[in-house]
Amino acid sequence: MTGLSPAVVSANKLGLTFQTNDGPVQALSNVDLTIGKGEFVSFIGPSGCGKTTLLRVIADLEKPTSGAISVNGMTAEQAREKRAYGYVFQAAALFPWRTIERNVALPLEIMGLSRTDQAERIKRTLDLVNLSGFEKKYPWQLSGGMQQRASIARALAFDADLLLMDEPFGALDEIVRDHLNEQLLQLWGRTNKTICFVTHSIPEAVYLSTRIVVMSPRPGRVSDIIESTLPKERPLDIRETPEFLAIAARVRDGLRAGHSYDD
Amino acid sequence: MDTFRDKIVPVTSILVGVVVLWYVLAVILNTPFQRDLDRRANETSTFSELIGKTLSQPKPTLPAPHQVAVNFFENTFLRPINSNRSLVYNAWVTLSSTLLGFTFGTALGIIIAVGIVHVATLDRSLMPWIIASQTIPILAVAPMIIVVLAAVGITGLIPKAMISTYLSFFPVTVGMVKGLRSPEIMHLDLMHTYNASRAQTFWKLRVPASVPFLFTSMKVAVAASLVGAIVGELPTGAVAGIGAKLLAGAYYSQSIDIWSALVAGSIVAALLVMVVGIAGRVVDRAMGGRPA
Repeated sequence: MTGLSPAVVSANKLGLTFQTNDGPVQALSNVDLTIGKGEFVSFIGPSGCGKTTLLRVIADLEKPTSGAISVNGMTAEQAREKRAYGYVFQAAALFPWRTIERNVALPLEIMGLSRTDQAERIKRTLDLVNLSGFEKKYPWQLSGGMQQRASIARALAFDADLLLMDEPFGALDEIVRDHLNEQLLQLWGRTNKTICFVTHSIPEAVYLSTRIVVMSPRPGRVSDIIESTLPKERPLDIRETPEFLAIAARVRDGLRAGHSYDD
Repeated sequence: MDTFRDKIVPVTSILVGVVVLWYVLAVILNTPFQRDLDRRANETSTFSELIGKTLSQPKPTLPAPHQVAVNFFENTFLRPINSNRSLVYNAWVTLSSTLLGFTFGTALGIIIAVGIVHVATLDRSLMPWIIASQTIPILAVAPMIIVVLAAVGITGLIPKAMISTYLSFFPVTVGMVKGLRSPEIMHLDLMHTYNASRAQTFWKLRVPASVPFLFTSMKVAVAASLVGAIVGELPTGAVAGIGAKLLAGAYYSQSIDIWSALVAGSIVAALLVMVVGIAGRVVDRAMGGRPA
């Protein structure tokens, strides 16, 4: 991170309390975090640690109740209005009545791009996620992994520099997930996007990230931030190296520390 | 696939059962009157003669299936189509007001649903009235609509169609409110991340998501429209239509006529529901629906 470019995401004493029927629930408490341009940051933690909530706050899908959040130097709302980020949900969330190419075109239609511009971007992003040839298919005709790739293409189509991914591969099997992780890294290397990635898998977080934010629940907070020392070029078998295992062990320790009072 | 074993056989078995039961009931219900006739004519019938007679009375309490079938066939195929005894003619009269009322009802239902989904005040103020409107017996409302409209010079097709509208807008409203609210939170969140306007969310998400709900409710609505049209023909003293046939049959104790008008009405209803169902399937397929 250089001091010249402003942080892509900056959270300052961020807190969010949900009012539920069982009383207030503190989903996020005192989160301080700065994410620079081009980083790949994973949020990892047990369920209820607020990792998804934090991502939704960045996306302006939830409003913080205390502290401040800025995205690209703006408020989260302004950033959303400027379409600063692409969001990938846990499920592919494709519209079943649209073909793959029309699904990718959805944000482009909403943003009012010309038909030719749309066609060019659809082709480019579907190439990027290796879905060329499936343009005219409907979502149900594709496997779960392919559907999720289509949803990534949709998030990439309008060239936002920030990609917010909420456990995008959580519902997929191990082999597909490995494959998509590899592809995602390649995509990140080629596009120089900033990626915020929520996961509950330690290997996934270590394999993908330049930085791992370990979170713990009740109240949801950041308990550790781990800088990865792995090189940018990462073949899948890097996961067998001592360096990788050392980082994974640190993440596991961080998760355990956050959990200790729970048992 | 195996439509014969899975569809034709079960449906036919029930049909055969119904026909058998119908004959049994026809014999039982027509026997007292037949005994009465025999006594006056000083005749005694054997059991088999009695059965034969009960199934061939001109004005039976319960006409036998073959009597209804013959009457239906004669009045459908052997009469000129413009004769007012033709069931085709009468069915067409009823069908035209059904379709007009159904079109109005569907449009009205959609408009109300869009309002309810988008304006919170309408949701709270209008919905209870819409539900209340359907608790009023249509038989009580129908004559008033006919009389009031006749007083202002509107007669004929429109008043009948309005009764159909009254019955058919409700299922469409309820179905479309549900359909327009059916998009998942995730899809709505997605539109929110694109900073989509309300109109864009409506046209690109809510409307396509509501289409299956629309067709399901239209199936109910078109059947209700037909009932509305028939009910609308009763108090008008209408000279034509399935309702008029039913009423005339009742006046002159033409029980066979009543039953064959009933059959005609059922066939029209089945055809209408089928047409809407096929339209729904065609639209579903065009929208990428998975073949069942």
